[in-house]
This record gives sequence, C-alpha cells and structure tokens, in this order.
Amino acid sequence: MAGFKKKEKRGMPEMNTSSLPDLIFTILFFFMMVTTMREVTLKVKFTIPAGTELEKLEKKSVVSFIYVGPPTDQLRAQMGSGTRIQLNDRYAEAREVMDFIAAERQGMTNQAEQIISIKADQHTQMGYITDIKEVLRKSWALRINYSATRRN
Amino acid sequence: MAKTKKKMPGLNTTSTADISFMLLIFFLVTTSMDTDMGLARRLPKPPDPDQEDATMDIKKRNILYVRLNFNGQLWLEDETNRGYAEISELRPRVKEFVKNEQNLSVLPEKHVKNIDLLGQCFVTDKHVISVQTDRATPYNAYFQVQNELVAAYNELRNELAKEKFGREFQYLKDEEKLAIKQYYPQNISEAEPKKYGGDQ
Repeated sequence: MAGFKKKEKRGMPEMNTSSLPDLIFTILFFFMMVTTMREVTLKVKFTIPAGTELEKLEKKSVVSFIYVGPPTDQLRAQMGSGTRIQLNDRYAEAREVMDFIAAERQGMTNQAEQIISIKADQHTQMGYITDIKEVLRKSWALRINYSATRRN
Repeated sequence: MAKTKKKMPGLNTTSTADISFMLLIFFLVTTSMDTDMGLARRLPKPPDPDQEDATMDIKKRNILYVRLNFNGQLWLEDETNRGYAEISELRPRVKEFVKNEQNLSVLPEKHVKNIDLLGQCFVTDKHVISVQTDRATPYNAYFQVQNELVAAYNELRNELAKEKFGREFQYLKDEEKLAIKQYYPQNISEAEPKKYGGDQ
C-alpha cells in the first residue's frame, strides 16, 4: 500500500479544466458575431450562375436580397412552376420591389451604401430581371450585385 | 467538526464544457458563414421625367453591340464586323475595341485627355458597349456576358497598372486607381443608343 501511495504522489497533477467552459463560450460568441442567421426561408429554388470576376459582399448590414426562381418542390403543387420573385418571406411582384427597398432602407444608417443582391436562377428569363432592374433604378437603389459562385 | 460536515459540496461543473460545446455546434449548423459573392454592377440613374428626349447621339464607330437572343446566342456588331460569336470571343474582342491600339478608324475614336499621375493620354473614353437582351434570354447567358465584360476591363486596367505603376490594379493606391479608371472608364449601356454617321 505504501508503494502505491508513493506512486500516486509522483504522478502528474490533473489539469485544471474549470476554464474550459469559458474558452468554449468565447468561441461560441465569436461565431455568433461573425456569422449571420439564415433569415428567410427560401420559397424559390435557384442555382446561381458561376463567374470569375466576383467581389465579396463585405458589409452584411447594407445588403438586401431579392430571390428569383421557380417555387420549391413542396410549394410547386399550389404555386405552379413559373418564375417567382421572393422578397422577405413571401412571393411578390416586380413592382413591389420599390416598397421592399424603402422598408429595407428604414433600418440602415448609411442608406447610400445600400446594395441589392439578386439571387436568380440560371434559367430565369431576362424579362423578370429587367423588370426588377427597372424598379430598382426608379427607387434609386443603383448598387446591385448579381450573386454567383466562383469558377476557375 | 459538525460545521464542516454541513458545508455544501461544490457544484460539479465538468459538463458545462459539453453544454457550451453543444451550443457552439448548434450555432455552427444554423448560421452561415459563406461569404456571399457576386458580380458588382452599378445601374444608371433613373431617367429625368422633365427631360423626355434624352437620347444619346453616338458615332457608329464608338459602339459595340452585344446582343443576346432568346436562345442565349451572342451577336457582336461593330464597324469591323458583325455576326454570331462564342462567349469566349467576347473578351478579346472587347479588349481590342476599348484599347484601339493602332488608332484604327473603325474602332472607337481617341481623345487627348489629361489624367493626374498619367499625364496626357490618348484614350477611347467615348466608347460604348451596348448590351441588349430579349425578354426570353436566359439569365445565365446575360450573366456570362457581364462577367466577360468586367473581365475584359479588369484585364485592361491590370495591364495598364503594371505598365505605369508596376503593380496589379488591386494593389494600387486610391488616386492611382482613379487615374486608371479614367483611362479605361466602363461604359456599358443597357439602353439603346441612337446611332448616326457612317452608313447604316
């Protein structure tokens, strides 16, 4: 017994893990800061085109998204398969974009920097995009961004 | 002795780490860090309602028409030639058009322009690339065209930046960038400009 006791004393002392939770919490907070919650539930399906000359959307707070594409598989039965425009959580017409822009601007501190990101399906007909662009011009939301993935 | 026995045992906090780990994983799953990327463009200002007839008069040699039909087929037209083209032909064509290295009479006219840092330059700042689409043109075809146009300008600007400042465009100082942008301004029009001069 005496021998065992001696051995225990010589062994490494256990590491103090009481600060481990704090460490993890720090990582947690970091992730909460740098990531954004997925805000909207997508009601349209889209595969964005691929390009080479892309720029990153740095400031998330000034970006508003417009989604264009056919309804998702679950909604196709009721909504059909024609191209739809989604603003926030619902389907909308191109002319409603103007109100959407105004509403988005309300919460922005630097409204001049507003960027509209258009996430449109590759097979969308240009008519829809042109309509949206026309309304965007009228509402003075001139900085736009055609959302895309990088290709080599 | 009795007092020490009554003392509450400390709360076991070994699992706090696991709990926070679970929170962390939850946030990792529900949030997205994917940086959104895209092709940044700037729309022209809305037309002035007081000014009804705001048509631009542009000499024919200054215009390069980029047309996309309902099938997404590309049609290029300027003074040199016209016809259907592949998307891969667009970039060299645009570069040649904007640059007009030999000062040809069928490519955009050159002007002397005084640019800070660069001095007197011969630039084709009056050129216009007119993109026209059909309502049924697939968005992807239009996007690829826009991508190639931006790529052509970026390549031109990069070449000039390397020649004048010895660095790529993205590493230049703001005033140097401005000078390069004045040398190669992006004139992409999506409205139909009126043409005059030359035979139609």
